[in-house]
Amino acid sequence: MLQLNERDNAMLAGEFGPGVARAMRIVTRTADVMSAPRLIDIGSAHIDGCLYHGQTSLDFVEFFVATQTKVAVPTTLNVGSLDLIHPELYHGDREIQRSAQRLMDAHLLLGCESSFTCAPYQLKNRPSFGDQIAWAESNAIVFANSVLGARTNRYGDFLDLAAAITGRAPCAGLHVDRNRAAQIVFRVADFSPLPSRDIYFAALGLLVGKVAGATVPAIVGLPSDTSEDELKALGAAAASSGAVALFHAVGITPEAPTLDAALHGRSPLDTVDVSVADLDEVRRTLNHGREGDELVAVSLGTPHFSLAEFQRLATLLDRFGAGRKPKVDFYVNTSRFILWELTERGLARQFDERGIQVVVDTCTYITPVMKKLTGLVMTNSGKWASYAPANIGVTVAYGSMAECVQSAFEGKVRFHG
Amino acid sequence: MLRGDVLVAGRAHAEKIVLTQPLSFWGGYDAAAGLIIDRTHPLAGASLAGKIMVMAHAKGSSSSSSVLAEAIRNGTGPLGIVLRERDLIIAIGALVAFELYRVEVPVVCVDARSFAHLVASTGPLRIEADAATGRAAIYVDAG
Repeated sequence: MLQLNERDNAMLAGEFGPGVARAMRIVTRTADVMSAPRLIDIGSAHIDGCLYHGQTSLDFVEFFVATQTKVAVPTTLNVGSLDLIHPELYHGDREIQRSAQRLMDAHLLLGCESSFTCAPYQLKNRPSFGDQIAWAESNAIVFANSVLGARTNRYGDFLDLAAAITGRAPCAGLHVDRNRAAQIVFRVADFSPLPSRDIYFAALGLLVGKVAGATVPAIVGLPSDTSEDELKALGAAAASSGAVALFHAVGITPEAPTLDAALHGRSPLDTVDVSVADLDEVRRTLNHGREGDELVAVSLGTPHFSLAEFQRLATLLDRFGAGRKPKVDFYVNTSRFILWELTERGLARQFDERGIQVVVDTCTYITPVMKKLTGLVMTNSGKWASYAPANIGVTVAYGSMAECVQSAFEGKVRFHG
Repeated sequence: MLRGDVLVAGRAHAEKIVLTQPLSFWGGYDAAAGLIIDRTHPLAGASLAGKIMVMAHAKGSSSSSSVLAEAIRNGTGPLGIVLRERDLIIAIGALVAFELYRVEVPVVCVDARSFAHLVASTGPLRIEADAATGRAAIYVDAG
């Protein structure tokens, strides 16, 4: 039975206005569904509700606007359906465009930050170890829990905003220490010396998500110099093939100094050995491009590209000479904050001159911004490869960043092995 | 009569539709047309409109809550839902549809044995999900 404190009850009773009362009803009913004994304070929220799904999206948020409700904690926004910095890129239905813009604007009126990114952990003020937060967006959730050691459940539409408005979340699931123990162990063969190292993190994530489902996995055997961007790719892929909200990478992520620590001293329910051949099989399943096939575009940056990834891309582009442009459309999704940093460093102009289309505030797999939405598109993202075919109708070739760049310059799929 | 837990309160009386595979409403259900559009789903092309959906749990993106609420708003969604797991995404979609539009779509959760019984049963179902007691009654073959 859910126990509420005095302030929770006051919110429910409407003492803070009808918007807060509605938000609290949603939080408490969700707490009942989760069998939570009480609510806890949260330090930040990340909202996935600014992607337009229909009239319900607008009705939900505009009630809070009309009742002058505000968020109670620092709140970032996930991607919307539009690139508000480059609005000309959108070539979908005009009425949906207007509604999508209204939805993004409405969230700003509630006091949310205009971050519009699926990688809020790349912003300056990201959560710290042990912080209780209410985040939506599957890749952000898994990154916050696993890499930062902050604590959130897999929140989603409606509850994310209700938690932001009340500053409260159900005390259940991954907010609670004992539920963060790993239950299944993946022992991974060393793939670090292989040429397309980045692709293996996404492939491993897809495999882990498929096998682990909603349980917490511990991964043993990742390279000791594994970067945040590689963990980002792994987590995003695991959260798209399964319901993974937290993984432990032993020796790398903060709650897993040792395997025993990740398991909270208990025995795992299962141990799975992963060979390089298993990972190559995942790559083959996801990839629908053959060596030499004609490409229409390349899309990188799902989740949103980091500064480090842009630097790596610049290095790869340099190999093809300063004056040369790719033969096919080349998109990179990122946040407006990373774009501003690129601009400050003079890099944004260089990418522009090289024919790289930077897309912000949204993502190429959820909204019509790419010029061509049929044909073969190459990506290094396990998440993009999983969702784009159903969402926007393209066929996917799946390769490393280096393979994507070379293929873009040749206009044909090229694999390095 | 079977017993279950109330996730979202309400009453429903309709023919059932059993989904043997989990459905992601986002990307899997067209809330305007009221059709399952996930081509890999065994019931692709079927409609949930006017029926009680029986499904163990949902899958996929949390954006599914929005798509379910939108389907309920449009009258293209199910009239009631029976689950085997306490699925948050489904429950939140239905409870927000009630908050916004006062449309009651009861969501109840039953144990594995009752679930198997419901799947095997014939005829329409009737759900009475009472918020006050937190206990739901599901009547089988309630023609």
